[in-house]
This record gives sequence, C-alpha cells and structure tokens, in this order.
Amino acid sequence: MNLRLNWIAFKTLVIKEFIRVIRIWLQTIVPPAITMTLYFIIFGSLIGRRIGSMDGYDYMQYIAPGLIMMSVITNSYGNVVSSFFGAKFARHIEEMMVSPMSNATIILGHVAGGVIRGLLVGAMVTVVALGFTRLEVQHPLITFSMVLLSSIIFSLAGFINAVFARKFDDISIIPTFVLTPLTYLGGVFYSISLLPEVWQKVSLLNPILYMVNAFRYGILGTSDIEIGHAYLIVALFIIGLFSVSMILMNRGIGMRE
Amino acid sequence: MHALSIRNLTKTYPNGVQALKGIDFDVDAGDFYALLGPNGAGKTTAIGIVCSLVTKTGGKVEVFGHDIDRELEAAKSCIGLVPQEINLNLFETVLNIVLNQAGYYGIERRVAMQRAEKYLKELRLWDRRFEVARNLSGGMKRRLMIARALAHEPKLLILDEPTAGVDIEIRRSMWDFLRRINEAGTTIILTTHYLEEAESLCRHVAIINQGRIVENARMSTILRKLKREVFVLSLREPLEHAPELPGFESVLLANDELEIAVDAEHDLNQLFRVLSDRGIGVLSLRNKANRLEELFISLVENRQAASLP
Repeated sequence: MNLRLNWIAFKTLVIKEFIRVIRIWLQTIVPPAITMTLYFIIFGSLIGRRIGSMDGYDYMQYIAPGLIMMSVITNSYGNVVSSFFGAKFARHIEEMMVSPMSNATIILGHVAGGVIRGLLVGAMVTVVALGFTRLEVQHPLITFSMVLLSSIIFSLAGFINAVFARKFDDISIIPTFVLTPLTYLGGVFYSISLLPEVWQKVSLLNPILYMVNAFRYGILGTSDIEIGHAYLIVALFIIGLFSVSMILMNRGIGMRE
Repeated sequence: MHALSIRNLTKTYPNGVQALKGIDFDVDAGDFYALLGPNGAGKTTAIGIVCSLVTKTGGKVEVFGHDIDRELEAAKSCIGLVPQEINLNLFETVLNIVLNQAGYYGIERRVAMQRAEKYLKELRLWDRRFEVARNLSGGMKRRLMIARALAHEPKLLILDEPTAGVDIEIRRSMWDFLRRINEAGTTIILTTHYLEEAESLCRHVAIINQGRIVENARMSTILRKLKREVFVLSLREPLEHAPELPGFESVLLANDELEIAVDAEHDLNQLFRVLSDRGIGVLSLRNKANRLEELFISLVENRQAASLP
C-alpha cells in the first residue's frame, strides 16, 4: 500500500466531509442543538425539578452527560450513513472506487467525517447544557477518550448501514428501530439501579449503557458500571465493526455486485 | 507495450445473464481505440471490470503490465474513467470535484490546483469553477467528467459515451480536445453510439456483440471490408428519370439528386467515367450513411441472424 497516496486521499476525504457538514449546517449542527435545548427545558428544568436528585446530583446535571453522548452518537451515525449512501445513490462513490486509495482509507475518511460532526454537535450541546447547569469535568482524559471512541463506533455502524442500504428508507430503519431505543434505554435519563434486578442485567447487554456511564463518570465521577469494562467493550466494538466494514468493502457488497 | 491487455474475460451476473463470454483484445500504448457494440453488448461491463466497478467472473486484465488481480493500485493509477452516466456530486463545486478526484489519486493539493486550472480552462469550465455541478448544463457536466478523469493525468483514458446528448458544436470541440491529449501521449479507449465519432477519431476498432468480440482491426482495414457503399450525388443538370448505369444501381431522389450504390468490385473512377459518358455532371457527392455504421449494422445483423435457430 502506498502510504503517501493514502494519506493525501484520507486528508482529501476529511476536508470534503468537513465542508459538507459546514455547508449544510442547518441540517447538521442546528437541529440537534434545538432538540437538546428542548430536552433540557422539559426533562431537566420542568420535570427534573420534581424528580429531585439522582446518584447525588440534581437531575439536570445527571442527564447532561447522557444527552451530550446521545447527540454525539446519533450525529456520528447520521453523518456517515447519509454521506456514504448519498454517494452510492448519486453514484459519485465511483470517484473513490476507481481511484487507487485503499478500502481502509475510504472507511477511515468517512469515519473521520462522522467524528467531526459528532464532536462539533457534542461541543454545541455542551454549550447549551452549560446554560442550564454546571458541569465540572472530573476526569478529562476519560471524558474525551470515551466521546471520541463512541463517535468512532457509531460512525462505523453508520458506514455498515450505508453499505447495505438500497433506498433512502433503509438508512432510517436502524436509527429508528435500534439506535433510538438503545440510547433511551442506555441510562441517559436514569440510573439502572432504579430498575428491577432482572432489567438491570438485561441493560448490561446494551453497549450504549457503557458509553453513557463512562462519559458520565468522566464528567460527574459517578457510574453504574466498571470503567474498565466500558473501554473493553468499546475496543471490541471498534475492532469488530471495522473488520466487518473492511470485509464488505473488499467484497464490494452493495457496490460492485 | 500494451496499455490494456484482456484475455478470456468473462462476466456472469447473479441473475444468470452472461454479459461477457470470453473476450480478448489488446490496446497499444498511444492508440485511439474504439470499442463499439449495440446496447447490452457488454461494453460497459468490460470497462467496469477494467476500472474495478464490476467484479469479473474469469479471465485476466492488465493495464500497462499491471495485473488487476495482483497490482490493483498500480493499475488503477494508470486509468482515468469518464463513465456513461453522469455520476457527479451535484452539490459539490466544479473546482472541488476535480481537486477531490486528484486527492483520491494521491496528488498534492498544490499540483491538483494547477491541473484543475489547466483542464477546466481547456474544457471551458474555469469561469464556472465555484458553481455547484447541479447548475451546469448537460454538456458542461460531460466536460467536467472529462476534467475530473484527467486530474491525475492518467496514461489510459476510458470514455464511455462521452458525447451522449451533447450538441454538435461542443461535441466537435471535445473531439479536438481528445485528439490533442491523444497526440500528447494519452491512450484513449472510446465507446460511442455516434459511429461518425469513432470513424473520425479512432485508429483501431473492436466491435463487441452479445458478449463476444466480432471484429477487431485497424479502422482502415475494417472499412475496406465494406462490400457496398451508397453515395448521394448533387447533379449539375436536373434529370427526368434515373439513368441506366452499367454495374451500378441508381435511384433518382429528386430531379437534381441521384443515389448510387457502388459495390466493392467497382471504384469511383469507373462511376465517374460512366456518368461522364452520359453527360451527367456532378457538383458534389457524400456518403448516404456513415461507412462504419453500415459495416457495424451488417456485422451485428449477421451475428444476430446466425444466432437464430
């Protein structure tokens, strides 16, 4: 593999994706900020005041890390799935397929695009959150690494979804029927210690629970799970999803049949 | 050195359609090569395989000596593709489309910018460089796809129906451009439905039909195979009836326009002698149909007739 060629190709893809995110900022950056503002007003301020404290923190403070992570996850996923499927649909994916850049570079370039949008939106939602509550980051390294790794996971997942998608409906099925339920049940709004024991165990099968809790631990210093487990699960998911992406690209699934 | 060498290339799609049934051909470096055939003959599939857009079922493809099974990256670096369908990112600017394509081939931004300027100016798109591709006309989009394919200055340029739907003025300016880059050393493979285009530009032609190569030779050799040509003559003086011309069939299209079929065993000198003997003056003459078109139709029809039970 020609490393120089692939580095330039990777940079080109990242710049292209960044320009895309900025060009359509009304679709990419603004909607999550508005949605999250509504979450903070309704769940945090109006309902949260009646709920009281959760794990020793007021409810607004407790849900803020989860809401930031939720926006990072959905936007990382959404960016890659729409960008890559859009390229397939309009057939300008062929620009990349005829070029000598490796399949790994194509995947990483799109993942970088997903991470850029995820982190931009995450930063925006953090600013919104700071308008409602106080957030003092307890473990900056854990906070940043967990948000970055989670963004990579869901960018890869979005890439796989886009590879299989044949029509626009196919790119909304997974976010609607899988991603959103897992996120809502992933401890964004509550501590799993509130659940009956059996549902606590079921919740442990949800990977998003680990990401949300590790991120919350980074900011607030409280978590329902072992942080080490969170890193292990995140690492396994990244390796697994990247491997699947490579297999799909090497076989040309959804593109070269 | 062959720019492209194809051996026993086969492709069977998952639905069972055999698009290529074992084709062989070589394209010499520096050639201007026409790959012709009716719709569904297998041209685009063959090009798709060479450019890694389609997975082959069997056979071997080498681009400037690089086997696509073993040295895909090197093979891809040699090729520029102008596909049949418009496949531009319509929301991207003209300039970014060319710059991005150069980047995918590992061309530094500074060099990519110089090339983008060069080719966009040559293809008369430089003034539109900051516009999104969506705003371009059909002909401009086709020219942009050529500029994009040249961004990495490939040794082999493959054009799949590059002038489809383009008006005659722009088509001719594209021909001039393609001639220039061919003279500068780029090997060109062209598929087209405008056989006049192939006859005017290409030195070598392969005709593909039903997944097989049915003809592959120099253009001049192929055209000599024409058994019969039909000419339309503009006459100096009007005629009442079609004249009796021994050895030639003639039809009077209008008082001053005569259609004459010339078989391979006769030549135009004989025709003009016969016409002079009868006092018929000729102002001008033209082929009734494109010569390559006549040959193409006869080859394709013969094949189809032969394949009938």
